[in-house]
Amino acid sequence: MKTGARILLECLRLEGVRHVFGYPGGAALPLYDALYDEKQIEHILVRHEQGAAHMADGYARATGGVGVCLATSGPGATNLVTGLATAYMDSIPVVAITGQVRTHAIGKDAFQEADITGITIPITKHNFLVKRVEEIPETISKAFHIARSGRPGPVLVDVPLDVSLAKMAWDPSMYPDKADIPTYKPTTRGHEVQIRRAAAALDEAQCPVLYVGGGAVLSGAEAEVRELAERTNTLVTTSLMGKGIIDEHHPLSIGMLGMHGTAYANHAVHNCDLLFAIGARFDDRVTGKVDRFAPRARVVHIDVDPAEIGKVRVPEVPIVGDIKTVLAAMLPHVKPKPWSAWNDQIMEWKSEFPLVYPSDGRLYAEYVIEMMGQATNWEAIMTTDVGQHQMWAAQYYKCRRPHQWITSGGLGTMGFGLPAAIGAQVSSPGTRVLCLSGDGSFQMCTQELMTATVYGLPIIVAIVNNRSLGMVRQWQELFYQERYSHVDLQASPDFVKLTEAYGGFGLRAETPEEFRNALSKALEVRDRPVVIDCVVPTEENVYPMIPAGQSVDEMRIRENLEELKVTVDTEGEEWSFDREERVLEQFVALRKGGSSAERGS
Amino acid sequence: MAASLTRRAPQTHVITALVGNHPGVLARVAGLFARRGYNIESLTVSVTEDPDVSRMTIVVAGDQLVLEQITKQLHKLIEVIRVADYVDAPTVERELGLIKVRAEPKDRGEIMQIVEVFRGRIIDMSDRTFVIEVTGSVEKLDKMAELLSSYGIREMVRTGVIAMARGSRTA
Repeated sequence: MKTGARILLECLRLEGVRHVFGYPGGAALPLYDALYDEKQIEHILVRHEQGAAHMADGYARATGGVGVCLATSGPGATNLVTGLATAYMDSIPVVAITGQVRTHAIGKDAFQEADITGITIPITKHNFLVKRVEEIPETISKAFHIARSGRPGPVLVDVPLDVSLAKMAWDPSMYPDKADIPTYKPTTRGHEVQIRRAAAALDEAQCPVLYVGGGAVLSGAEAEVRELAERTNTLVTTSLMGKGIIDEHHPLSIGMLGMHGTAYANHAVHNCDLLFAIGARFDDRVTGKVDRFAPRARVVHIDVDPAEIGKVRVPEVPIVGDIKTVLAAMLPHVKPKPWSAWNDQIMEWKSEFPLVYPSDGRLYAEYVIEMMGQATNWEAIMTTDVGQHQMWAAQYYKCRRPHQWITSGGLGTMGFGLPAAIGAQVSSPGTRVLCLSGDGSFQMCTQELMTATVYGLPIIVAIVNNRSLGMVRQWQELFYQERYSHVDLQASPDFVKLTEAYGGFGLRAETPEEFRNALSKALEVRDRPVVIDCVVPTEENVYPMIPAGQSVDEMRIRENLEELKVTVDTEGEEWSFDREERVLEQFVALRKGGSSAERGS
Repeated sequence: MAASLTRRAPQTHVITALVGNHPGVLARVAGLFARRGYNIESLTVSVTEDPDVSRMTIVVAGDQLVLEQITKQLHKLIEVIRVADYVDAPTVERELGLIKVRAEPKDRGEIMQIVEVFRGRIIDMSDRTFVIEVTGSVEKLDKMAELLSSYGIREMVRTGVIAMARGSRTA
């Protein structure tokens, strides 16, 4: 006879789990008691449950496997929520195990009780409340199967205290070989006719572009995507989540598209006659105004989730299936094509609108990123937080492979970068892990520096310190008359001393030379985290930029900065999305020489 | 007043979802509709011939694209077994209504005539009110409510639509 907690750990082992990120508490005591003797699964003690969820997420993204986190009931469980929502938006396979109050106390407002299955319905792929010890093996098996199959996503398993204490006869042979869920059968193989039509469409197109998203990364389709691009000489743009699916040094890579994508990728998509979308979901940060996105293009859309097909843009050729499986089936029908005049046109745009940043002796985030890339031969895992630095990293960090780029794309979670880097480093001890953060984001999960120190993880964090919540500041500058409302972070801790207090190695750089020196020192540290406080100009903005809800016609590049600043009367109005759109309409009207009074209100 | 209470939105569709008979399934479905901003006109949940399976009949408002999204999103819920919309299929649809109407002695004859025409039944009677039971299509219940409204509807409860495909087709 074994306890439910012991059995649960053995089930995790059978799923191949090697690491669990967690934080103990009353309702999780039996699980932690079982962990006390556990030899095969290493438990990483975090400093806040949100860190545990992000670490499991970073672990999953770095490996392509499932990340596991563990928390107690009530506040422990609710602290996981942001991490689960982050994983859900980016379709990352995470299994979260939470303690729950005893079954008879559920619903009685017991100490540390929270309805975590109720709370997490909209931010998990599925969740379970385990009612009896006998259900544990089957539930764990289903949880992992659901998390990693189809369109992956987080799954939460809530285990009441009395269930993890209860005993039953158990041996590992009782674990289901394969989870059987009759109501859940994701489609993997695409429709043969549509696959041929897609190949034909690519062959016929004069001006095709491959638009590749995170779904291709999750499916492990890098070889197939590259083969498709190379055989047909089709240029590849990726979404934020698709970065690395093709080596960004490859001549067929034109970088990221969208709001802060490269000008040439956006021009290419705007003018293409075939948009070949692979595991991408036409996010609003990609499309801007939907009816002006790729207006002349036929669309092929391949996705494992049928609900993504036609959600934003109705494709001419829809294919539901696993990306790797579908592309492998398509490749035999794909005919080789030579380098085209269309590609030359895109290359022309590329030389006309390159990514540029000032070189005036001051330290810039873009430089920091380029140096970090060069120093590691662009092979390090890069995690980011959210904001301007994230967009600069997306533009300037040229990934060589998938699973190398770890960022919160859909939810845009500040505080993600450091714990995600810890998860990635735990999963891949032999790989260099870098984290690019901001002075705002870094302060949202700083406490996990302690975790990195305790486990001796040599993560290098570069804080792009502009003493400001830069992205919000940028929008306030451009769209809110430079009314800088609550974005000033002059009052921040000394990040060097703070790092030292946590037992890490702190450095500061205020010039390019200081940064190069700091980075080479950082690269020598092998036993603890390093934080480099990079002091950069506050006023530096991210360009190119397509304002929200606009199209490539409204793209701002560095040369016309002054034109970006508009004065819009917004006095006495509540903030709302509607208002934001109206402000943008006025902005566009002004740009086109119209009067804001005519367009206003 | 009755018209605004009962008239269906212009574009409505009946969706049937067979779901696992587990606690929390209704919360998942209702939550999905709330989160994605779909409008539920009515929703009924009931047992089926299989005790492990419940059947939800949902009337939703929206165009074809919205309907397609709802169907796909519903299907993604792990506990949803099958989703059918009845856009292209002939169906029978029924709804049950209970209407408590004011019935002054002078009006009783007329009300009883209306009930007879609509093949309803008076199932409770007091000195001032009738409780009328009626089944039929949504339109029939709407019409009856409209006619009764001139006497004063005190209370009305409707089950929402349940639907079934005609012929041998099943959901």
